Amino acid sequence: MSTVDLGLPSLPGGLRGVPAATEPQSRKEYVSDQEVRWCPGCGDYAVLAAFQGFLPELGIKRENVAMVSGIGCSSRFPYYLSTYGMHSIHGRAPAIATGLAVARPDLSVWVVTGDGDALSIGGNHLIHTLRRNVNLKILLFNNRIYGLTKGQYSPTSEPGKVTKSTPMGSVDNPFNPVSLALGAEATFVARTVDSDRKHLTSVLTAAAEHRGTAFVEIYQNCPIFNDNAFDAFKNPDTRDDAIIPLKHGEPIRFGTDGHLGVVRDGFASLAVREVADLPNGEADLVVHDAHTDDPAYAFALSRLTDAGVLHQAPIGIFRQVDRPAYDDLVRQQVDTAKETQGTGDLQALINGSDTWTVG
Amino acid sequence: MRRRAAAGPKLDLEMTEQMAIEVKQLDRVVIRFAGDSGDGMQLTGDRFTAETASFGNDLSTLPNFPAEIRAPAGTLPGVSSFQLHFADHDILTPGDAPDVLIAMNPAALKANLPDVPRGATLIVDTADFTARNLKRIGYDENPLETGALEAYHVVALNLTGMTVESVKEFGLSRKDASRAKNMYALGLVSWLFQRPIESTIAFLETKFAGKPDIRDANIAAFRAGFNFGETAEEFAVRYEVKPAQMATGTYRNISGNLALAYGLVAGAQRAGLPLVLGAYPITPASDVLHELSKLKRFDVTTIQAEDEIAGVGAALGASFAGALGVTTSSGPGISLKSETIGLGVMLELPLVVCDIQRAGPSTGMPTKTEQADLLQVMFGRNGEAPLPVLAAQSPADCFAIAVEATRIAVTYRTPVIVLSDGYLANGSEPWQIPRIEDLVTIDPNFTTEPNATADDGTPKYLPYLRDPETLARAWAIPGTAGLDHRIGGLEKEDKTGNISYDPANHDLMVRTRQAKVDGIARSIDPLVVDDPDGDAKVLVLGWGSTYGPIGAGVRRVRKVGGKVAQAHLRHLNPFPANLGEVLKSYDKVLVPEMNLGQLAMLLRAKYLVDVVSYAQVRGMPLGAAELAEVIGNLVEETAGIDDDARHLGLDAANLKHGEQLHQSEGAR
Ligand SMILES: Cc1ncc(C[n+]2csc(CCOP(=O)(O)OP(=O)(O)O)c2C)c(N)n1
Ligand code: SF4
Ligand SMILES: [Mg+2]
Repeated sequence: MSTVDLGLPSLPGGLRGVPAATEPQSRKEYVSDQEVRWCPGCGDYAVLAAFQGFLPELGIKRENVAMVSGIGCSSRFPYYLSTYGMHSIHGRAPAIATGLAVARPDLSVWVVTGDGDALSIGGNHLIHTLRRNVNLKILLFNNRIYGLTKGQYSPTSEPGKVTKSTPMGSVDNPFNPVSLALGAEATFVARTVDSDRKHLTSVLTAAAEHRGTAFVEIYQNCPIFNDNAFDAFKNPDTRDDAIIPLKHGEPIRFGTDGHLGVVRDGFASLAVREVADLPNGEADLVVHDAHTDDPAYAFALSRLTDAGVLHQAPIGIFRQVDRPAYDDLVRQQVDTAKETQGTGDLQALINGSDTWTVG
Repeated sequence: MRRRAAAGPKLDLEMTEQMAIEVKQLDRVVIRFAGDSGDGMQLTGDRFTAETASFGNDLSTLPNFPAEIRAPAGTLPGVSSFQLHFADHDILTPGDAPDVLIAMNPAALKANLPDVPRGATLIVDTADFTARNLKRIGYDENPLETGALEAYHVVALNLTGMTVESVKEFGLSRKDASRAKNMYALGLVSWLFQRPIESTIAFLETKFAGKPDIRDANIAAFRAGFNFGETAEEFAVRYEVKPAQMATGTYRNISGNLALAYGLVAGAQRAGLPLVLGAYPITPASDVLHELSKLKRFDVTTIQAEDEIAGVGAALGASFAGALGVTTSSGPGISLKSETIGLGVMLELPLVVCDIQRAGPSTGMPTKTEQADLLQVMFGRNGEAPLPVLAAQSPADCFAIAVEATRIAVTYRTPVIVLSDGYLANGSEPWQIPRIEDLVTIDPNFTTEPNATADDGTPKYLPYLRDPETLARAWAIPGTAGLDHRIGGLEKEDKTGNISYDPANHDLMVRTRQAKVDGIARSIDPLVVDDPDGDAKVLVLGWGSTYGPIGAGVRRVRKVGGKVAQAHLRHLNPFPANLGEVLKSYDKVLVPEMNLGQLAMLLRAKYLVDVVSYAQVRGMPLGAAELAEVIGNLVEETAGIDDDARHLGLDAANLKHGEQLHQSEGAR
């Protein structure tokens, strides 16, 4: 094992244990020599560019970044970054990354996955990683379609979607990935959009700094098989009314001239209302608190997402709370065992207490 | 009848010998404890084993328990048993048939009687022989009273009643008091076979340290059972089995699963790597997870994953990180892990995958043994995905096999399969404890510097540049500056590891991965054949846990004058380099297996040798007498002896070692 440079107080929680870079880094250093092979116009390009621009800002050693992906268009991501990387098998990246993160506190571990990869074949690993709160960051590229296998509906496709495998329309009820993550009691849950580089970068930065599993859903356009799935969020004519921006400590208000806002509505629910119709105006709006311990609040927020064709959805950090990270606890037990029982004497162990000698 | 004031237990063997009732010398004994699964038979068997081991007999054990945690009390499916074979010479199996059966209830008697040869001793607790209990298991009459057991030496005792009586002073409820009956029975048989009992008393003292009345009651019951033997008239003889001659060294008794866990830790330590286990509980593999979970101080991390796929995934992730990734499971779990193991083949990372086989297919018989996963682990992956396969041949051998698996996995950067099975996992035998410093040293040989030069002269790292001798790839782990790289399940270009769909490259890589695994044969010892006179015409070749029964069968045939050679494979992929030559130097090769002939199929395919397959899948180990008959018959057949003139097989099957406990009417 390489030596681990511990205890760099300048790095935030999520990066504790990861050695700091000794020199400032540039975007170029993070670009690998491999030719990028997504379709022209694919949303993955924008995310890659943002990611390559954001990594040097983290201030950690490049060789201590490890990317693990599953299978899908988006899962080609690691090839394009000059970090350590593994392009694994369909759906299993969170499990593999768990072993990696447990074994190496000196790495910043990232999982890149798609809506099919994470929510269909890999759904089990996803929820268990989230509940354990392993210190790794999951980027879920949600294009609401199976891209790599050429356009079948996915677990996030809207009901009625016509694809090659659903000529009469999909009868599946979709997952809302953010609701699912919150149901698994994820400690960091956010959503962002491929085309908004600034927002994307700010969410990625917060995710990197979070200790525990950070789950980031990225609305990603697939111009080939599901073009304009997120058009409402990108079209200048509609986007102001489509994006419900979540900013910690601020009332949730949006729309052209801020005419819309989020208010409490019945038992544990939230709703979007015209601010003008509220008795006390802005004072009636919910002030976003991502640190709310009870996941019910963030869950209520997540339900403001359309289940069918997307016209409106909250974007930003839904939840960010502290809970001990699985891998820290696991390592702590190993340390405690060594402290209390001493580093093991293997000969004494295998001898056991009941031996006899011949000759 | 001798009666003496029971002033206290007489534990001193010399003293009891002075009192001597007759002491009979035996060379070996097979004893089986059977009772309800709640009666503590496994514990009783374990204790008798420990006493026997510390006395210095050679021994071999076979626990047998129901899959149900607590099947209804008093029923046939609820019977749990523990068989122990001990001897004054080296033995290879837990024995085919018990000389002594201890039956703690009617169901235990009924379930085990078919295995007990006539003439054997039955020690039966009569307490539960009520009309209702008997009816429940299909006895219309009490077999103890009908003469149905005439052919046996029956010692019928109210063990439960005597236990309750012996612990009266502790004021326990009848239920609690009667729970010590297994210790009473243990005391009695410990007396009968002159076992040293101090270790059991010490064991009870620690086990129940927190519950003084239970502790005292168990010890009192144990001593009372021992004293009863001495004072009662039921037993006119005691038996003595002298310590076995064993090679000089320090020994302990060890089960297969414990040996496997220790071997994995030893392998990791010899490689200087932390061990990360990813596992999901499954019978009969769970004990390896349990044991490793206790060993954190040895740099062992255990992850109980959400399923087997995640277990092997976490292990592979840990290997990518530079640790020794290990996953343990049984057949159904191995099925789930296949895709990830294939990824490991492609990534060329070390990974140790342990398959503690159980009877299949599907859920099969979880607590029963079988060796029918061989072809699954050899070929159960998509594409050409070769990997090394090893199999332990005895409980203690699980240690050495785990170290060997680690050596191969780390040296050759490959997933390695270790095959064990339910019989090895739970069975135990004396183990000559190795010295850790004598074990092989394993060098992970991490790449820490660039290993090539780019066209422009700058140094670079090629992750798939290979060692010319082993074909192992250059392994750099995350955190190593300048050697960052991406690997994955897509086909790689030779040397660079970049994605490649080039036809010639794919052909080269497929062949190279195969050649790497084949080349491991150069690092393993040639197969040793045991052929005492060197002129046998028949070779018996086995693998895995059939080692003991085959060895015992071969010995029997030799005892009655048959010539037969024996060899056993611990490496199943690649085979030892001399295997083809060995096979061709015998007229007939017999391959006994607990499957429908899987090794036989591999041998026929690879060496074009028409091996004779002997296949049994009963969920139980093969029997020594059964194999002796098969081997003896084949020896005579090979010698051209007519069917009706053959006798070697039967003679060998019926053979008894030395003096039997009771006059037996021959093997059934
Ligand atoms: C075990 C297995 N089953 C199926 C596939 C085929 N497959 C590859 S990617 C994919 C779906 C990918 O969809 P998504 O995760 O949404 O990724 P995208 O391509 O949309 O980025 C499927 C079904 C596979 N590679 N492995
Ligand atoms: S198919 Fe869609 S998701 Fe895949 S690369 Fe092309 S545009 Fe991107
Ligand atoms: Mg998709």
